[in-house]
Amino acid sequence: MTGLFVLFIYVGIFVGSFFVVTKVVQKATPQDYTSLKTVTFGDESAVRPNRFAGVLSILTLFVIWGMFTGSSLLPRFLHAPAPFVGTTEFTYTAEADGSQDDGTVTVVVYPREVETDAPEVDPGDGFAKNDSAAIAQWRTGLIRVDSNDEIGRGDGATVVAINGTPIAPGETVQVDNGAVTLSDKGTPNFAPYRGWQMEPLYLPPPEEVWKRTMNVISDGFRNFTLWQHLGYSLFRVIAGFLLGALVGIPLGYAMGLSNWFRGWFDPIVEFMRPVPPLALIPLVIIWFGIGEVGKIILLFLAALWIMAIAARSGVSGVNISKVHAAYSLGASKWQIMRHVIVPNSLPEIFTGARVAMGVCWGTVVAAELVAAEQGAGMMIMVASRFQNTDIVILGIILIGIIGFGIDMLMRQAEKWLVPWKGKA
Amino acid sequence: MTGLVLTDVSMRFDLPNGTFVQALENVSLDMKAGELLSVLGPSGCGKTTLLNIVAGFLAQTSGKIELNGHEIHGPDAERGMVFQKGALFEWMSVRENVGFGPSMKGMPRGEKTEKVDHLLDIVGLQDFKEKAVYELSGGMQQRVALARCLANEPDVILMDEPLGALDALTREKMQSLVLKLWKETGKTIILITHSVEEALLLGERLIVMAPRPGRIHKEYRLPFAELGVGADLREVKKHAEFGPRREEILAMIWDMEEEIMGRTENAS
Repeated sequence: MTGLFVLFIYVGIFVGSFFVVTKVVQKATPQDYTSLKTVTFGDESAVRPNRFAGVLSILTLFVIWGMFTGSSLLPRFLHAPAPFVGTTEFTYTAEADGSQDDGTVTVVVYPREVETDAPEVDPGDGFAKNDSAAIAQWRTGLIRVDSNDEIGRGDGATVVAINGTPIAPGETVQVDNGAVTLSDKGTPNFAPYRGWQMEPLYLPPPEEVWKRTMNVISDGFRNFTLWQHLGYSLFRVIAGFLLGALVGIPLGYAMGLSNWFRGWFDPIVEFMRPVPPLALIPLVIIWFGIGEVGKIILLFLAALWIMAIAARSGVSGVNISKVHAAYSLGASKWQIMRHVIVPNSLPEIFTGARVAMGVCWGTVVAAELVAAEQGAGMMIMVASRFQNTDIVILGIILIGIIGFGIDMLMRQAEKWLVPWKGKA
Repeated sequence: MTGLVLTDVSMRFDLPNGTFVQALENVSLDMKAGELLSVLGPSGCGKTTLLNIVAGFLAQTSGKIELNGHEIHGPDAERGMVFQKGALFEWMSVRENVGFGPSMKGMPRGEKTEKVDHLLDIVGLQDFKEKAVYELSGGMQQRVALARCLANEPDVILMDEPLGALDALTREKMQSLVLKLWKETGKTIILITHSVEEALLLGERLIVMAPRPGRIHKEYRLPFAELGVGADLREVKKHAEFGPRREEILAMIWDMEEEIMGRTENAS
């Protein structure tokens, strides 16, 4: 229900900001060449990410996050209806021996971090005395209204109405700031109004995550600093990837240059390629345990096949004219390897390396989720066991940022090292 | 004895279904050093196969090929090759591409630089020597390919449609350049082309090949290449003999093409 509501708000912001930005803001900005193209629908080159949309997209995510968690970063009027906190009342009507009497129940709903006792109330007249209860926010509470009554449940008294509305066990009556349901045994159960916001246990507001981030940065998490956790993950990825490349690239070259190697390793590589590295985790744990060696071997296996295939297709992708030309220019086999085949295969190898780094990063997090002493994946797994949702969210964001950073670095290195990519 | 001699060169490709293709049958050719031979023929007549055999990329099934008195085996720096396109090394600058052959031989740096500079002057690319080859136009890339081949000082230059991918104007300029280089360096050149005009303009000798089996159909000795050196090629085309020769050869190739078409149609 709340999910649908969030979706409507999201779509509303998406459509609304589209009209505002395209019809108002961008009318005023200067035009460039692409804006003069009349055919843009279907012309991929005319489609460029709208900068406003990019900024608004991120902003919208945070605003919706804030709205439905009651973030203090947002002005109050933007908040989704908050759950009830404070004091409220309802009356119940008890019936015993054919006579009825009303009692008032005063309920204090207190924020979870401020433990509060039920207030003292005047018992009042009649056999049904006034009651009071204290319920923590987000929780519900059974209120034994008959416990102080002159005629209790054991004596045959039953609750027959709430706020004057008749009620039977299993039925619910809406009251101010909540709802009262009569349990099967006839005890009123008060559920304060929950509002539309997410409980911090499930989704803490952004500022809480930020606070926790600062906290984890200064105090660490589970005997290791945040940087050690991330550093361990990165170290495993880099070590596994480098080993994979170190073995995979020569293997790929050999497969691209020799019938025997191609024949020997093709079945192995083609079989291992579609096996998700995650499927190897159990075997790796059985063989190598949960320490560094196992993880690095897992990542080595994840990177190995990708790099071998990239190097192999880099070699087969060489234009035969280039090889012929090099032979006619007097190059030896070794010189052709060094000056033609290796540089020609570099673009393919870089593409493979980008894919391999991505796969390795995903695999290391998954492996740490399963078993690890430290690492980004271990951090979020342990945090989720202790319901530290803020650390889980923090971890997911950091894992995303690092994955993105790795890809950016690889692309930059590619631009720098193989400027001829795609130019042949 | 200098020159390139082909004696009864045949090439037969056996197909997996038990039949075979006779790509070349008893091709004999005797080229003196410094001759420029252009080769014409309909598609499938074995021109490129012939060139690949002379380059050493393919081994003929029978016959022999001798260059300056010794039989050839495999590719060698004595036989340079210029391809239609795609044979330059994108990861090297223009200068490094031209200097590739000398580098492979381990020529001293100073000597190599001098040679590369000299060749870049000849092909008019001195200002582009530090550029990456993919930044150059198609015509400039072929100049680099020519210079790279010449830098290695081969005895024979084999050109496989080197100007085929260029636009008409660039092509004319490049034809003049080929003639100039031929005259200045005195290399033996075999040039494969699809353009009858180009074959007439550049070929001191011209052979027309016929398909199935690939063989030499007719041979000409032509005056146009000599006339064209340092002259305007459009003037050469006005030569009284040029038009009739072109028509004669065109008709010859047309007939062969039609015969092939007819044969395929009958077969199907």
